[in-house]
Amino acid sequence: MAQLLARQSAPFYGAPRQRNWPIHLVLSLITVACVVPLILVVSASFTDEKALVNNGYGLLPSQFSTAAYDYLFRDPRPIFTAYGITIFVTVVGTAFGLLIMSMLAYVLSRKDFKLRKPLSFYVFFTMLFNGGLVPWYIVVSQVLHLKNTISVLILPYLVVPWFVLLLRTYFAQIPDDLLDAARIDGAGEWRIFFRIVIPLSTPALATVGLFCALMYWNDWWLPLLFIDDKRLAPLQYLLYTVSTNISALANSPYSAGMALPIAPVRMAMAVIAIGPIALAYVLVQRFFVRGITVGALK
Amino acid sequence: MLEHTDNLGVPPLSAEAIPKPVVTAHWRRILDKNGALLLMAAPGLVLLFAFAYLPLSGLVLAFKNYRANQGIWGSAWVGFDNFHYLFATSDAWRITFNTLFLNGTFIVVTVAGALGVALLLNEVQHTIRARFYQSALFFPYFLSWVVVGYIGFAFLSTDGGFINSLLSHFGIQPIAWYSNANAWIIIITIVNLWKNVGFWSVVYLAGMLAISPEFYEAAKIDGATKLNQIRYVTIPLLTPLIVINVLLSIGRIFYADFGLFFNVTRDSSLLYPTMDVIDTYVYRALRTLGDVGMASAAGFYQSVVGFILVLIANRIVKRFDPEKALF
Repeated sequence: MAQLLARQSAPFYGAPRQRNWPIHLVLSLITVACVVPLILVVSASFTDEKALVNNGYGLLPSQFSTAAYDYLFRDPRPIFTAYGITIFVTVVGTAFGLLIMSMLAYVLSRKDFKLRKPLSFYVFFTMLFNGGLVPWYIVVSQVLHLKNTISVLILPYLVVPWFVLLLRTYFAQIPDDLLDAARIDGAGEWRIFFRIVIPLSTPALATVGLFCALMYWNDWWLPLLFIDDKRLAPLQYLLYTVSTNISALANSPYSAGMALPIAPVRMAMAVIAIGPIALAYVLVQRFFVRGITVGALK
Repeated sequence: MLEHTDNLGVPPLSAEAIPKPVVTAHWRRILDKNGALLLMAAPGLVLLFAFAYLPLSGLVLAFKNYRANQGIWGSAWVGFDNFHYLFATSDAWRITFNTLFLNGTFIVVTVAGALGVALLLNEVQHTIRARFYQSALFFPYFLSWVVVGYIGFAFLSTDGGFINSLLSHFGIQPIAWYSNANAWIIIITIVNLWKNVGFWSVVYLAGMLAISPEFYEAAKIDGATKLNQIRYVTIPLLTPLIVINVLLSIGRIFYADFGLFFNVTRDSSLLYPTMDVIDTYVYRALRTLGDVGMASAAGFYQSVVGFILVLIANRIVKRFDPEKALF
């Protein structure tokens, strides 16, 4: 009760409002430091190439121009292809990853499961020790023969032991009585899992699902290693390629007649890649915060 | 044959007399009872086998002269030759030092920065502005390292980059940032902090919000100022959380964030003296130089030392809070 009262009245007898202004000032400055870099990129993408070279990057375009976007959307096929690959990989990877990881985590959370200990060790040992890049690269490309396939962008990330651990912790909190009651009513293991465990765990599934989606959406590492075929390049990899070789954007050799605004085109490409994640961020940010909060206080 | 005896219900005496069927029956019971569960776990277990356990066998490559056409097992053994080459150069020392030094710096700076931000946010909690600050701080965490590399370029590009434009107002000549190895120790620390401070401040803020207000009430009655409350209530109560996270980071100190070091430095070879870490070295040896022997020796070194560090860190974590230990 005392705690409840204190919580409710806290805002009233804390420090007077005026004394908080230095805190707000510092936090505002940090906030600006987090956001300004993005403004810089957006502004550069709308700047005339010559002006960018002469005047440098600024918070506002020194000479407004949409030439970079005109260039990119003159033949938008590479961008659309890359978007298509990224969306496909993100959707399929997140859906299957969530299903496979939650099934695994549920089994490991069952205290009456005989092989629980050895299988838990099997899963979590991979967090502590791994073969490193070279054996992994050779196995994926030369034993599993996944190079230049769409599945190489999905399969390696389907089971992330850390997420399995998070899900297992959450599932373990579901009361055994609930599962027993279902069993007495004649429900089999699959039914219990899909009808009871999954619906009760939506907060954990949402958090892990969002982390998975972010991991797939932002991935450039798997294509860097395993994709040479331009048609299979996801968005982040296209962006990476463009940073060193702008011609990756053009399907056909660039016509000599039109000057290519290289720097603004690069920045416009970055804006196109950031755009959707920024929009999604506004919608899902609080779920992330909640998820981390729960994880931190486990 | 053995299963038949079991099915026919042979008296227990004879079943005990022959040990083998008992074991089989034991396993059958486990299967009967847990078959559905095993089936549920199977896809995940198979994937881990393919992508985590199969590569473990490839650790032997560090002791072989790998030829693609001979495969992992067909290639000739060369003993410790790969390690001799690796440790004969100054590379091994340089990448080890860079990895440990930079990761160590990141741990200290990130903990300090995130704690500072969390303390500030904690003072203005429950306001709309606090939410706004948090959203802005957390945003960089959502960006890929490739995008961060672009943002870095907008700041640091020699011709016209934001920093150089600012400097030119003070009459300072443009600086070629991507060839200034020493400046990058600071640059990369800032970039890493910028991307991760939002995430970690959320973690520490969550810890602060879990502290019962009664502690602060008691402190206030004793006449504690705001700073005293932070020093004698917030920080001590948060220490376990900080210690655990720092220890877990120390356990991973031998592994660098490849994306940060590869994309943000634009893989500029002039920055290798300070920015080449084990992960970038292994990648380059494998993909650019095609020296599989050297790459796998360096990778083996990382795996083994990294494993030992994780074990030590976990042991200490266990002492603090057995719940947080990995095993």
